[in-house]
Amino acid sequence: MTLPNLTQKVSIAAEITTQAELAEKVYSLSVRAPEIAATAQPGQFVQLRILEPSFTLRRPVGVAAVDKQRGEVTFIYRAIGRGTAALAALMPGESVGVLGPLGHGFGMGYSHPLLVGGGMGLSPLLYVAAAYAGKADVLMGGKTADELFWTELFAPLGGRTFITTDDGSLGTKGFTTTLLPDLLEAKDASYDAVLVCGPEIMMRGVAKIAAAHGLPCEVSLEKRMGCGLGACLSCSIDTAHGRRKVCKDGPVFPAEEVFL
Amino acid sequence: MSDERLHMELCGIRMQTPVLTASGTFGFGEEFADFVDLSRLGGVMVKGTTRKPRRGNDGVRITETPMGMLNCIGLENPGVEVFLNETLPRIKKYQMNVIVNISGATVEEYGELAGMLDVDGVAAIELNVSCPNVREGGIVFGTDPKAAAAVVRAAKANTRKPVILKLSPNVTDIVSIAKACEAAGADMLSLINTLMGMEINIETRRPTLGNITGGLSGPCVKPVAVRMVWQVAQAVHIPIIGMGGIHCWQDAVEFFLAGASAVAVGTANFTEPGVTMQICDGLNDYLEKHNIAHIADLIGKVETE
Ligand SMILES: Cc1cc2nc3c(=O)[nH]c(=O)nc-3n(C[C@H](O)[C@H](O)[C@H](O)COP(=O)(O)OP(=O)(O)OC[C@H]3O[C@@H](n4cnc5c(N)ncnc54)[C@H](O)[C@@H]3O)c2cc1C
Ligand SMILES: Cc1cc2nc3c(=O)[nH]c(=O)nc-3n(C[C@H](O)[C@H](O)[C@H](O)COP(=O)(O)O)c2cc1C
Repeated sequence: MTLPNLTQKVSIAAEITTQAELAEKVYSLSVRAPEIAATAQPGQFVQLRILEPSFTLRRPVGVAAVDKQRGEVTFIYRAIGRGTAALAALMPGESVGVLGPLGHGFGMGYSHPLLVGGGMGLSPLLYVAAAYAGKADVLMGGKTADELFWTELFAPLGGRTFITTDDGSLGTKGFTTTLLPDLLEAKDASYDAVLVCGPEIMMRGVAKIAAAHGLPCEVSLEKRMGCGLGACLSCSIDTAHGRRKVCKDGPVFPAEEVFL
Repeated sequence: MSDERLHMELCGIRMQTPVLTASGTFGFGEEFADFVDLSRLGGVMVKGTTRKPRRGNDGVRITETPMGMLNCIGLENPGVEVFLNETLPRIKKYQMNVIVNISGATVEEYGELAGMLDVDGVAAIELNVSCPNVREGGIVFGTDPKAAAAVVRAAKANTRKPVILKLSPNVTDIVSIAKACEAAGADMLSLINTLMGMEINIETRRPTLGNITGGLSGPCVKPVAVRMVWQVAQAVHIPIIGMGGIHCWQDAVEFFLAGASAVAVGTANFTEPGVTMQICDGLNDYLEKHNIAHIADLIGKVETE
């Protein structure tokens, strides 16, 4: 049995306050959504609705930041298809439908977690890092130095930052999994968990290394979704506890429950 | 807002409004409790239930298409026993009409399921003989008048609950199947289920969906659904629950005019989880504005002369 969801979900037409291109095809979108800013937990997501009749399905995106005082929520997304391209064309002052907060986020009770992310998976980890207020370090992986605008976003959140790039143009050459064992085995290492969001192949590799070091590991899964509320079963997966829904029981799961 | 003009009683089921939710799109209702007053709905047609648990299809199960979507969930569900022992007691508190959508592998299994569900807390049984996403059972019963009638008889023989037969649009002559089911004792008909469809990714040359084909739903199917409701309404005397592409109250009005006594909303719940409440409000306004005393006065009132 899963625990009842204690947070009230809302569906609102939210005013866009900022839309900025951070890198080629990567956008940061902030909206006024005080109800969601007040309750969203790190690792949770929302379903965005482009308010035009030609969009039947919503698009899931993670919460990258919340500003409770201003009642704003920020998402960072890559324009990869019809929905995200339409999202990128929206201007401040226009509205977007926001349904959330949805799902279960990352564990927030660790004392010194290492966050590991790649690609757009770094977006929800921004909120995790902010909530850990300096207690979390981050290991980020990218293809080349161009992608690592992320370093600037993580810098003000405290904690140490480690970088790998596939071509070695910044940080260590290789993947996050290349550097991860060194970080976990360093003399002064005191990590008590590894929290991961990124491509599945990376998360599987990271989970293996974390397990080998006896550390709890949580991973955030991506699946196509319909309702986002656990009703339509578009995002069902096999887990150690039987069938589960990524949108409602996840997107964050203990790695050993989903990577069987 | 008072729903007086919308109260409806169909086969002994008292409905606050004639707006229901379609099977497979609304879970067990509870998932939408933050957005919908579940007792205001005419009923919640819960996820397709089978005798044994089913894990459904592998691979991609859902994709957006022009003005709609394709799905191939494949009837994933925990099975009728879990439904009876865990789900039904849990959702009782919402005081909604629970209509259980069932799918059998054989005619006998439909009878067995209908018998098992003849319990307190179940308002009616909906026979899904039209699921395009499972190999055995499903659609074969929905495309042949004799097989569909046999399923209706098996269900009727095993339950005192009203039995609704859900018609498949994937047929050449929906009217003959509707008539056969009426003659076999169906208390109501619901239509339409999804239209079988397919999408191909031109870069990978692979079908988008894991099951290759899937069921098309959403606004794009509405004209087909309205036409079928209209044709069936002229041929049978039992009430019809119309569905297929209803996204707003105007769509719902079309279905009533075509001959539906109630409507069900499916895919639109994904677009906007509270849409059924907006549809109820819109219907109330429409009736008031046009000085129509009751929604029943609209049923079948399309003028074709
Ligand atoms: C829980 C969760 C959180 C996410 N967070 C982010 C985020 O913070 N930033 C970000 O850039 N992306 C995120 N994604 C991925 C994002 O949802 C997809 O990139 C987006 O839906 C693509 O839509 P599209 O119309 O542009 O693409 P298309 O390929 O045209 O979409 C077609 C359909 O497939 C679905 N789809 C396509 N790719 C994905 C995918 N990777 N995951 C789920 N559905 C998909 C779409 O929603 C749409 O229904 C997240 C996905 C999930 C499940
Ligand atoms: C994701 C999804 C799952 C569905 N599952 C079922 C089901 O289990 N049983 C059933 O009879 N119909 C099922 N349907 C069909 C709907 O109940 C409805 O008949 C159809 O989608 C047309 O209505 P709509 O256009 O409003 O969605 C499903 C539809 C969708 C989109």
